[in-house]
Amino acid sequence: MTALLEVTGVSLRFGGLHAVSNVSFSIARGEILGLIGPNGAGKTTLFNIVNGVYKVDKGKIVFEGKDITNRPPNEVVHLGVARTHQIVKPLNGMTVLENVTVGACFGRDYLSLKPARQEAMEVLERVGLADRAETSARSLTIAGKKRLEVARALAARPKLLLLDEVLAGLNPTEIDQMIQIIRGIRGSGISVFMIEHVMQAIMNLSDRIVVLSFGQKLAEGLPEEVARDPQVIEAYLGDPDIADKLLENA
Amino acid sequence: MSPQPSTGAQAAAGQAVPLSSRRASLPEVGRRGGILLHPVFWLTLVFAGLMIAVPLHGNNVALREDLILVAVAIILASNLNLMIGYTGYVNFGHIVFYGLGGYVGLYLATVRNWNLVLAALSAGVTVSLLALLFGVGILRLRGAYFALATIGVLVAVHSFVSNFDPWGRSTGMYVSFDAYAPLGGPMRALWITYILVIVVMALSMVLSLAIKKSKFGLGLFAIREDEDAAVVLGINARVFKAIIYSVSAFLPAVAGALMFYKNGMIDPSIAFEYMLSLEGIVMLMLGGQGTVVGAALGGGLYERLRSYLLTSSRLSNFHLVIAGGLLLLVVLFAPGGLIGWLYRLAPRAKKVIE
Repeated sequence: MTALLEVTGVSLRFGGLHAVSNVSFSIARGEILGLIGPNGAGKTTLFNIVNGVYKVDKGKIVFEGKDITNRPPNEVVHLGVARTHQIVKPLNGMTVLENVTVGACFGRDYLSLKPARQEAMEVLERVGLADRAETSARSLTIAGKKRLEVARALAARPKLLLLDEVLAGLNPTEIDQMIQIIRGIRGSGISVFMIEHVMQAIMNLSDRIVVLSFGQKLAEGLPEEVARDPQVIEAYLGDPDIADKLLENA
Repeated sequence: MSPQPSTGAQAAAGQAVPLSSRRASLPEVGRRGGILLHPVFWLTLVFAGLMIAVPLHGNNVALREDLILVAVAIILASNLNLMIGYTGYVNFGHIVFYGLGGYVGLYLATVRNWNLVLAALSAGVTVSLLALLFGVGILRLRGAYFALATIGVLVAVHSFVSNFDPWGRSTGMYVSFDAYAPLGGPMRALWITYILVIVVMALSMVLSLAIKKSKFGLGLFAIREDEDAAVVLGINARVFKAIIYSVSAFLPAVAGALMFYKNGMIDPSIAFEYMLSLEGIVMLMLGGQGTVVGAALGGGLYERLRSYLLTSSRLSNFHLVIAGGLLLLVVLFAPGGLIGWLYRLAPRAKKVIE
């Protein structure tokens, strides 16, 4: 079976800064791939490259065998790659339901309004926001807004979901709930590519992990391999025993 | 290649988030029977019907002349609302569509002797296509830069028309009395154009409502709220913006054709009245941008106020000062305009109106 997403040698410079240099990786169907690394390592930039917000200087991105390099974000969604934003971008003047309906309307299946609203309601139930459907997106808490981001992306019926720090800023209970949501998403057959700083969560959720540092891929492998990698410990994790502390069943 | 087994994978199947079974208590998600069942649709029909019937009853020409200005203000405000209220793009040069429509319509109806309705519709189509062309160019810009570019379009079109020979340069064009003959003479022609303008007004409101209740409208509102997010959600913002810019040009151009035909003359300074373009924005802010009823209310009320001030002996040169003050008050104390204020007083009104 071929990979769902195949990224080969992508590079992007902002002026003199090599934001991402020569990064390659792939995501298999049904897989959860984690992306970790220090602040400023280029993780969100890599997301922006995959979904077409930024155009790359070099490299190739292939999704389901189709070359999607430098395709604009709206086309990438139609092909089946949806994402959330680290800094949440709710459509503030609209209700929660309308926000998610937008995702369903303009997502992979380009649903018309009525089925889109039905889809949106179902997704809202899935992420636990159904009782807030008619409230304004502005009035949600940060945890609610993170869920809204996930719901909107899910409503697009993606095959691959990019989650950009959906756990950041949540309290432990909310983190647990979000982890359940992410497991549910994978359970429904959607592949997940996620950036996260909450180490315990990402170590336990991910099938594999890619580590980025100064725009370059530092390591890639199973969570326990990555957590024991001396380079990764030096650049990011900081604690040689972290693997044993974080991995529940390691 | 299959994913590596992990604790996550094992947990996933068993712990998928339960799909709730309380669907019955959820709000109704389907659309309620389209716009034909919408109260605003019927409100528009009744309003337009009264606008026609009241002055026609007793041949009240003075009232008709007042109301035709109200109707034009509503047409301009409603269509400007598609840009400002729905899409979040401020167009300072909206009047350019009205003026160009006037020129094209007048040219077709008098020089080419086309039927009035056909001439007005052709003016609408021509100006819409032109707007699409402008739009593709200037809609790459956002925010204040777009707003500046719209002023540029207005000034450029104004200068072009002022130097365009077939349209009489800065002296403009006149309608000979013969041009009214096909409609049964000037008296009847004035009534017919009045009724047509009211029809265009009603169409403007219904169009606004239809767009607001459509998937296209949902996309526009998403662009208004956050264009970057909208694109990431799958909306082709560039195409959406170009289409709505073009659509917002159509009915104002038709109205321009009818109005200048009715007035019997056109020249660049009355066709492209900069102040009216700015006042359109005041109308929207006053009534409540983003709502069909708000745009109409703001347009109608502002026009009545303006006419009152212009014709009063003491305040006639004062109306823009009052418009400016009004804009300031609305922005400071009622940012949602009259409709926003109504929704705050009676949140239930939102369910009924839109």
